[in-house]
Amino acid sequence: MRTPLLTCNVNELQHSALPEFAAAGAQRLNDGERLLTLFGRRDESGAGEIVVTAVFAPPGESLAVLRANAQAGEHYPALTANHPSAQIYERELWEQTGLIPDGHPWLKPVRFEGERQQRMADYPFFQVRGQEVHEVGVGPIHAGVIEPGHFRFMCLGEKVHHLEIQLGYQHRGVEALLLRRPPLALAANVESACGDSAVAYAWGYCNAVEALTDTEVTFETEVLRGIALEMERVAMHLATLNGLATDIAFVQGTGTYGRLRTAIINASQRVCGNRFGRGWLRPGRARGITEALRLDLIKTLGDSATDVAGINELMCAALSVKARFHGTGVVSRKTAQDLGLSGLVARASGVAIDTREQLPGRLYAQRPIDSLTEAAGDCWARMVLRMREIDVSIAWILAILNDGAYGLTADHFHRDVLSAPLRPKALCVSLIEGARGPVVQVLETGNQGQLLHYKLQDPSLANWFGLAMAVRDNPISDFPICNKSFDLSYCGNDL
Amino acid sequence: MHNLFKSISVRKAQGSQFIPDLAAAIPVGFRAKPLISEAPCASECSACQAVCPSRAITLAPVQIDLGRCVLCGDCESACLSEKFSFNSDFKLASTSRESLTLSAAQPSIDPVRVSEALRRRFGRSLKLRSVSAGGCNGCEMEINAWGNVNFDLGRYGIDLVASPRHADGLVLSGPISRNMVSALQTCWDSIPEPKLVIAVGACAISGGVFADCEEVDRRFLETFKPSLYVPGCPTHPLTFINGIMGLLGITG
Repeated sequence: MRTPLLTCNVNELQHSALPEFAAAGAQRLNDGERLLTLFGRRDESGAGEIVVTAVFAPPGESLAVLRANAQAGEHYPALTANHPSAQIYERELWEQTGLIPDGHPWLKPVRFEGERQQRMADYPFFQVRGQEVHEVGVGPIHAGVIEPGHFRFMCLGEKVHHLEIQLGYQHRGVEALLLRRPPLALAANVESACGDSAVAYAWGYCNAVEALTDTEVTFETEVLRGIALEMERVAMHLATLNGLATDIAFVQGTGTYGRLRTAIINASQRVCGNRFGRGWLRPGRARGITEALRLDLIKTLGDSATDVAGINELMCAALSVKARFHGTGVVSRKTAQDLGLSGLVARASGVAIDTREQLPGRLYAQRPIDSLTEAAGDCWARMVLRMREIDVSIAWILAILNDGAYGLTADHFHRDVLSAPLRPKALCVSLIEGARGPVVQVLETGNQGQLLHYKLQDPSLANWFGLAMAVRDNPISDFPICNKSFDLSYCGNDL
Repeated sequence: MHNLFKSISVRKAQGSQFIPDLAAAIPVGFRAKPLISEAPCASECSACQAVCPSRAITLAPVQIDLGRCVLCGDCESACLSEKFSFNSDFKLASTSRESLTLSAAQPSIDPVRVSEALRRRFGRSLKLRSVSAGGCNGCEMEINAWGNVNFDLGRYGIDLVASPRHADGLVLSGPISRNMVSALQTCWDSIPEPKLVIAVGACAISGGVFADCEEVDRRFLETFKPSLYVPGCPTHPLTFINGIMGLLGITG
């Protein structure tokens, strides 16, 4: 079965030299495969060797892995030169390992980590010259309660010619931290990598460590995790719609979407103890839904569906909303594909990619969920797609809760999961389609089953560049709504 | 005309959402305050410490530091002796860092005492600038909720403002990433005197799960001591609201 998970023995993977690896990668991209991630780590032997891993998604099949062994400081021909979708991964590879992709058009640090911490001020921004060109710099601290990031606009009058995004302010060293703690006790750490997507991260983590410890979970546990994830998606989409309404002063939207999100996150809290779904999922188990909670959720979600439809109709009919969002911040289908955008922002530009459909795993294979797209790629499309995804997710959860086919009341807890050894010399790639898109987690173990590497990747990492493209030729005053319509994660990027 | 009627019907469905008495609110299901029982530990067992993501637990006697605790509940399921449970008491804020440590012998946090000086200055109007310094957007989303239709903190004259020049104090979330040290300092320097710091969330209070990361630099808090510590991961809006109302002597 196609599963959002790939587990293999690293000894069975072919390891190429870096130039051959790059050529094989370019070939796969030429063949239309999508690059899911590409990263490196210093080898455990510490001999200055670097192991590079790339994961591709061939159309309609399972995942493919390419590996390379490289020497410190080695050069190779950049994939980005012909395939812009590799740009952020090659920048990160260079920043983290020092490997140099020759011909990369813009080798800028992703998050100013390691030796580059606190050296952001030294960075030379792009400069556009001309008598009427001016620059506007905003951040890292912004007007609202929002995470920090710096945006440097190069403008011709009111019009944005280019936006350079500088992130890294939230860098806390999450990946390194995950290697210092017991691998079966990482759930709470993974949940705080990107706290608004705690369920997506926790599920991907649980899938990975369950695969690496040969732990089977029941189908009921997967159903509970699916309910948790779709509730997180509904809550996050409502938060974004709230923000979009606020940013265009559509006041009734602000109040109503805010209230509706509160109802969803409070329902999550009643199930798992936390408004953000923290603690709901753990390796080998998920918190159960009692009969009383099942009826409670049916009522809460049913009422929400009705009220969401009401405010959606109002918002979509308002001339002031149409005037601000239609045709604003357009990302064409081709741009989205070229840049390797993923998740909701890709689907809003007509790119039909959704982990839940392409790699559904046991749960979504048995309980399919409609994956939706919009064609226009503008702020309006990203707004409407969120509205439609909320409807689909609520209907999906309600169908499961109503048909009573699964015993959801059991809280499956196997204490021995906590001490199970990880399979040695294994590589595990785990994907979960969170509210923003695919959360990718790659775990690699060594000879003794110890974790050698824990790669976390938020969909925001690649999608930030989509925002930079979206604002080109738009008035700078439309940046806030473009930014909110993407609603990307800063901490998920910075880690 | 259709839109007008639609708007009225949406408004009618909205009803009245604000919580009249924020001190008496009941956040159903919230895994908030840890309770530590008198039950003896299984011999040589430290399972709770092994699973705790933020080194919040010390043994003999068993204590939980709420300044570190992320309220994940993993200790509860790992413990062989049923030492831990959690209830939904959200009144976890304190003016004293030390009083955040709970044990079987010390099961409660000292209630927040009114600061006469702060009450006189800010009791009717407190404007706060929020800075996320390595936060995960959990506390930030909850801080945004302070002013929403449910909690409506603006009713007491407490608002979040855009400019530090308009602020009376700083709301700090996140463990203070090194890459935010400079911006945080600039923001603090821009707030006119007199001013206060409020630490929101386990990360801001102690570094939380990131306390031991070399990417974090917490020296700012060695210089500027918070007036209020607000535990949680993320901090529940009710925890903050009751803490600040206590500090400023706002009785509702």
